[in-house]
Amino acid sequence: MRTDFSKPAPPSNDKRWKMIDAAMRRYGHKPHALIETLHTVQSVFGYLDDDAFRYVAASLRVPLSKVYGVATFYHFFRLKPKGEHTCVVCTGTACYIKGANQIMKALEDELGLRAGETTPDNKVSLMTARCVGACGLAPVVVMDEEVVGQMTPDKVLERVQAWRES
Amino acid sequence: MTPDEIRVSAKKYRAERTKKKHHVCVCMAAGCLSAGSDVVKTALEENIEKEGLGDSCEVRGVGCLGLCSAGPLVSLDKERVLYQNVKPHHAGDIIKSLGKEPVKEIQCDLDQPFFISQKKVVLENSGRIDPERIEDYLAVGGYSALIEVLTNWTSSEVVDEVTQSGLRGRGGGGYPTGLKWSTVAKADGTEKYVVCNADEGDPGAFMDRCILESDPHRVIEGMTIASFAVGAKLGYVYVRAEYPLAIDRLRKAIQQAKKFDLLGANILGMPFSFDIEIRLGAGAFVCGEETALIASIEGKRGNPRPRPPYPAERGVRNQPTLINNVETYANIAPIIRHGAEWYSGMGTESSKGTKVFALAGQIKNTGLIEVPMGISLSEIIYEIGGGIPGGKKCKAVQTGGPSGGCIPEEHLNISVDYESLKSLGSIMGSGGMIVIDETANMVDVAQYFMEFCRSESCGKCVPCRVGTVQMHKLLEKISAGDATVDDLTLLIDLCDLVRNTSLCGLGQTAPNPVLSTLRFFRDEYAALLKPSSATAAADE
Ligand SMILES: Cc1cc2nc3c(=O)[nH]c(=O)nc-3n(C[C@H](O)[C@H](O)[C@H](O)COP(=O)(O)O)c2cc1C
Ligand code: FES
Repeated sequence: MRTDFSKPAPPSNDKRWKMIDAAMRRYGHKPHALIETLHTVQSVFGYLDDDAFRYVAASLRVPLSKVYGVATFYHFFRLKPKGEHTCVVCTGTACYIKGANQIMKALEDELGLRAGETTPDNKVSLMTARCVGACGLAPVVVMDEEVVGQMTPDKVLERVQAWRES
Repeated sequence: MTPDEIRVSAKKYRAERTKKKHHVCVCMAAGCLSAGSDVVKTALEENIEKEGLGDSCEVRGVGCLGLCSAGPLVSLDKERVLYQNVKPHHAGDIIKSLGKEPVKEIQCDLDQPFFISQKKVVLENSGRIDPERIEDYLAVGGYSALIEVLTNWTSSEVVDEVTQSGLRGRGGGGYPTGLKWSTVAKADGTEKYVVCNADEGDPGAFMDRCILESDPHRVIEGMTIASFAVGAKLGYVYVRAEYPLAIDRLRKAIQQAKKFDLLGANILGMPFSFDIEIRLGAGAFVCGEETALIASIEGKRGNPRPRPPYPAERGVRNQPTLINNVETYANIAPIIRHGAEWYSGMGTESSKGTKVFALAGQIKNTGLIEVPMGISLSEIIYEIGGGIPGGKKCKAVQTGGPSGGCIPEEHLNISVDYESLKSLGSIMGSGGMIVIDETANMVDVAQYFMEFCRSESCGKCVPCRVGTVQMHKLLEKISAGDATVDDLTLLIDLCDLVRNTSLCGLGQTAPNPVLSTLRFFRDEYAALLKPSSATAAADE
């Protein structure tokens, strides 16, 4: 068995790969750091792409298929870039009971999208989450990281329209 | 630091904490933050400065005050006054009124059942201390249980105390905590691990988030005592990535604890070391299941595996591993401080202590509550929760999330304990409690949960992977009015099959919402069925 692994070169000379390197170093480039590393890649680049998979796989010495398997197993990881704005509708039980479906439907109709998709002009991504932990304020929509409680279809559409016009 | 130095510091912090005449506490947990409590806090601080009251007043960011539906909440600690729905423009009036009559317009009645019927053990500091300051936790007696254990107790005495307290796991299963601890303590292994399950997968529950956001040191203290009892050196907190604020506060708390020698190598200068690492979940419900959680900690797909061997014997890296829920650990320090007898004095014969619930759905007071075990569901819903808004009637209460069931209104006088809830086909679960009013259709509710289980099934075993899809299809067919009684029979058969043959708890409990709605609301299913071809033929 080869033991003298040389460190692979980053996919590009983008400085941000240094942050990924630092994360992997923190865990001694051990295979068990895979999920933590993917979290770092996503928070730095916004999503995971083939280049990232290959680089992480080679650096942690995990088969590429495993990296892909892990990335697609967990809902939190995104394999496509996000739009300029994101609208995450909570579909947890409390929000469901308080009418999250109507909010989702209003957004789907307005944007012509399904959950997980982005408008062609790359302005708005529509996503869902299973409970963001603000059930007391249900129904909840997270608009660009801001948790907005007691949402209604009208209110959400108003904010999305403001995004599209800006 | 040595134990004595910590005690001296704690005394100093206590004096500092109570020095100022007025404490204005602003809730900085996720619920109130999203309602704008950070802006309110700044406004209060500005007004104190404007009035030149800096010497006598202090604004404090605190954890959850409970009544999330009325946020942002501001409490005057010493005066026992609570303000609700506070907007920045109220700040001036609040500050000017200090020491005088409170501002009536936004005052919240603290003598209503929501406040007086609760019993706070786990949440004793929530809303009182600043979760981002270890000094605050020390000032209210934090880490005194750990110091006591490390200086005067043996590890088996700790296990005995927890066993005698009668504490049972708060993650859903209700397994006796002391028994689990003693199994791990006795297990052979070169290295042992302590894991805190903060995955909180039940969509509609937020107890663990609130505990971590409001009082993170309590969980660290509980885990450290556990590691002393079972002989572990490393711990993991597995927390959902969807909870950034909780993660941030936990990180800060771990750093602070290390600075005070309450965590790390040679804790308090003694020959005992324990460290905690955080592992982020990534949005997979099945990772709340203990064997899947361990796989995830190891950087793998969260696939569960058959038990035995239980994690207590073979867990992280195949070593003996203690896994408990956040709230379970949060109970440990008070048990040590006040004794097992005190703890077991609360609750029922088989369910001791208190339980935290996240009240949500069609109920007036949504938020976080802690009640003694054995309280009736109706007291929670109608008194603490304030009943159903809009003059509607309560139809059912859902407990236990996707693994639980619906308890109909006529059974609400049931006592809240592990056994009683089970006897009605539901479970205690981790503490999500969702109130459903008369406008809801129960077949829809069952379909909602089945959709959840279908998409969360990890796919490893066939009954769960295929069964949840088929059960969901049948429920869709029933909802659409296309099903016959034969389809209903098939659905019931499938429930039985999936429950008995699935690999892990996810599949084994996935049929519960269907079975429990069928048990109490069968007429709603029946009303949607069309006559089967056989009966239709017979009619002709
Ligand atoms: C599908 C599934 C999901 C679970 N989710 C959680 C969870 O989110 N939080 C939790 O503490 N326990 C969860 N559990 C229970 C854990 O497997 C485990 O029993 C628990 O963490 C043990 O801690 P306790 O004894 O303190 O309750 C889940 C179990 C199953 C089968
Ligand atoms: S169910 Fe939507 S925030 Fe919990």
